[in-house]
Amino acid sequence: MTILLALIPIMPLLGFLILACCGSRMSKQMIAFTGAVSVGISVLITLITGLAFLVTPPAGNVVVVNLWQWFSTGGLALSIVFRLDALSLVFIFVITFIGFLIHVYSIDFMAGDEGYARFFAYMNLFVGSMLILVLADNLLLLYLGWEGVGLCSYLLIGFWYREPVNGYAARKAFIITRIGDTAMIIGIFLLFVHFHTLDIQLLMQQASSEWGNGSPLATWAALLLLGGALGKSAQLPLQTWLPDAMAGPSPVSALIHAATMVTAGVYLIARTHVLFELAPAIQTAVAAIGALTLLLAGFSALAQHDLKRVLAYSTISQIGYMFLALGVGAWSAGIFHFMVHAFFKALLFLAGGAVIFALNEEHDIFKMGGLRKKLPVIFWTFLIGSSSLAALPLITAGFYSKDQILWFAWSAGNGNPWLWAAGLLGAFITSMYTFRLVFLVFFGDMVTMPEHHPGRLMLIPMIILAFFSLIAGFIELPESMGHVQWFSKLLDPVLPAVNTAHGRIPESFFQLVAGTISLSGIYLAYRFYLKQPYLTSSFNESRISKFLYKGWGFDRVYDLLFVNPLVWFAVRNKNDFIDLFTSALARAAFYGNYLLSITQNGRIRWYVMAFVIGIVFMLTIFINL
Amino acid sequence: MVTIPVEIQLLFAALLFLMGLIGLLVRRNVIFILMSIEIMFNSAGMVFVIAGSYWAQVDGQVMFIFMLTVTAAEVSVGLALILQMFHHFKTLDADKLSNLKDTN
Repeated sequence: MTILLALIPIMPLLGFLILACCGSRMSKQMIAFTGAVSVGISVLITLITGLAFLVTPPAGNVVVVNLWQWFSTGGLALSIVFRLDALSLVFIFVITFIGFLIHVYSIDFMAGDEGYARFFAYMNLFVGSMLILVLADNLLLLYLGWEGVGLCSYLLIGFWYREPVNGYAARKAFIITRIGDTAMIIGIFLLFVHFHTLDIQLLMQQASSEWGNGSPLATWAALLLLGGALGKSAQLPLQTWLPDAMAGPSPVSALIHAATMVTAGVYLIARTHVLFELAPAIQTAVAAIGALTLLLAGFSALAQHDLKRVLAYSTISQIGYMFLALGVGAWSAGIFHFMVHAFFKALLFLAGGAVIFALNEEHDIFKMGGLRKKLPVIFWTFLIGSSSLAALPLITAGFYSKDQILWFAWSAGNGNPWLWAAGLLGAFITSMYTFRLVFLVFFGDMVTMPEHHPGRLMLIPMIILAFFSLIAGFIELPESMGHVQWFSKLLDPVLPAVNTAHGRIPESFFQLVAGTISLSGIYLAYRFYLKQPYLTSSFNESRISKFLYKGWGFDRVYDLLFVNPLVWFAVRNKNDFIDLFTSALARAAFYGNYLLSITQNGRIRWYVMAFVIGIVFMLTIFINL
Repeated sequence: MVTIPVEIQLLFAALLFLMGLIGLLVRRNVIFILMSIEIMFNSAGMVFVIAGSYWAQVDGQVMFIFMLTVTAAEVSVGLALILQMFHHFKTLDADKLSNLKDTN
C-alpha cells in the first residue's frame, strides 16, 4: 500500500519523461496511449489506496511514505515524503480522476494538432506536479509541486505559441502568480527561521503551542501564505490572469484553470488551517476576499462575450465561495465545494470546448444559438453542468455544496449576515450568467451551423462528469434533509468541525431562500436573454457592460500603477546605469589595445630601440639596488 | 710590457658594443645590421678575454673560441636569410619589411 502511494505521482511523471524524450518519434496512437494510460494507472492506484484507506483506516488516519532523503545541509534535512490523509485523498481522487477523463477527451480534441506529443507531455507533467503538491509532507516539496504546476500552466496557456497574444497571456499568468509565490516562499522562510523545520505537521503543532492567538508572527506567516494562495487561485487582487489564461486549449482550461491548479490555494489554506486559526484577522480577510471576489467576478461574467471567459470568471467566483467557506472556518465545506466544482466546471469547460470545436473555433456566444437540436449530448451535459453551477435545488450537487457554504457563512463562528448576503447575491448572479450562456448558446435561432461533430472519446468523459455533477452532492446532505455527513466525517481527522454560533433561524429557511434565489436568477436570464433579446443588446452597449467586460478595470489600474512606470523606467534606462561601469572597462581595454598596437609597427629597428630602452631601465634599477 | 688598466679595457669593449648598437639602430640595410650585431658579439667576447686575463685564467679565451663557432653558425644562417629576403622582396631595407605590423 505504501509503495503504491508513491506510484501515484510517479506514473504521470514517467509518462512525461517518455513523451518528452521520444514523443516526436512515436505515432499518435502511442502518444495518446502513453499520455492517458499513465494517468489511468494513477486513477486505479488512487482508487485502490482510497478504498483501502476508507475500509480499514490506517493508524492515525494517515499513510506516510518516506522515499529518500532529498538533501541535508546546514541543519536542514529534507526528504521526499508523501503523506496521504483524508484531505489529500480527496484532492488526489479529483486530480487523477478528472485528469484522466480530460486526457481521454484530449485524445480526440487535440487530434489535429501538430504539438500532440508536447501537449500530452505537459499535461502529464502537470498531473504529476499537482499530485506532488497535494501529497507533499513538507512545505518545500509542496512548493516544488506548486512551481511545477505554475510552469505547466505557463507552458499550456502559451501552447499555441505562434499567436503572440497567447504568449502574452502565458507570461501574464506566470508573472502574476509569481507575485503570490514570492510572498509564499517568504512565508515558508519565516516559518523555517522560527521552527527550524519544514515538516507541515510539526510546524502546525509547534505553531499552535508557541504562538498565541493573534500573535504578530502568526499573522505575518498566514498573510504571506495567503499571498501565494491568492495568486494561484486568482483571487482579488491577483485575479486578472485567469480570464486571459483561456488562450490555452479547452482541456487545459478544464483541468488546470478550473478543476485543479487554481484550487491549490484552497488546498494550501486548508492544509495550514492551524496558522489561519491563530490569525483571526487574516482568516476574516480570507472570507472578505472570497466574498468580494465572488461578487466582482460574477458581475464580470455577466458581461463577457467569449464562452470560455464567462466560465473563467465563473471559476474565479466559485473559488471565491471556497475562500469564503475557509474564511468562516467551514473547512470541510470549502473542500466539498472544491470537489463538486471540479466536476461541474471541468464538465462545462469540456462541453464548452466541444461547442467551440463543433463551431470551428467560434468563441463568441452571440454568434451561437439554437444548438440544442444539433448537438444533443453536449446540450444535456452542458445543461447539467450549468444547473450544478447555478445550484439548482435538490437535484444538483452544486446546490448542496453551495448551500452548505451559505449556511455556514451565516451560522459559523466567524460568519456574519454580510458574508451571507454577498454569497446569496453571488448565487443569484451565478445562476443568471450561467443560464445566460445556456439560453444564448443552445436556444433561440441557429446562427452558426456546427461543422464538426465531437467523437465518442470526447462525449463519454462529459457524460461521466455530468453524472458526478448530479450525484456528488449526495455524500453530504444538510441536517434538514437527510443529514448525511460522509464527507465531513471523512475530513474530520484533518480539518476541525465548524462551530456554529448563530443558529436561531432554522437551516431549512436558508435553503429555501437560496433555492428561490437560484431559480429566480434562471428566470431572469430566461426573460432577459430569450424573451426580450433587445434588452440584451442595449445592455451590451451600455458603459456598465463595457466596464464589467474589462473585469472592473483592474488591468488598466495595474497598467497605470505598475506596468507603465516600469516600462517607462526600462525605456529610460535602456543603456543600463550599471552598464556604465562595465562598458567603461571595455572602452579602457579598447583604448589600451589601440595604444599598444601602435607600437606593433613591424619595424625591427623600432623593436630594438624598445629593447635597449628596456635594458637601460632594468640596469639602472638593478645597479641602484 | 705596458699594462693597460682593466677599466680602459672594459671601456673599450663598452665603446665597441655601443658602436655596434648605434649601427644596429641607424642602419637600414640588413647586411649592415648583421655586421653591427657581429661587432656587438665581438665586444661581448672581448669582455670574456679581458676577464680571463684579469684573473689569469684560460677560461675566457676558451669561451671566446666557443663564441666564434656560434657566431660563424649564426652568420651563415643570417646570410642565408638575407639572401632569401632579397630573393623574395628585392630589397635589403629592413624598414620595408613591416608586414607583421598590427593593422588597426
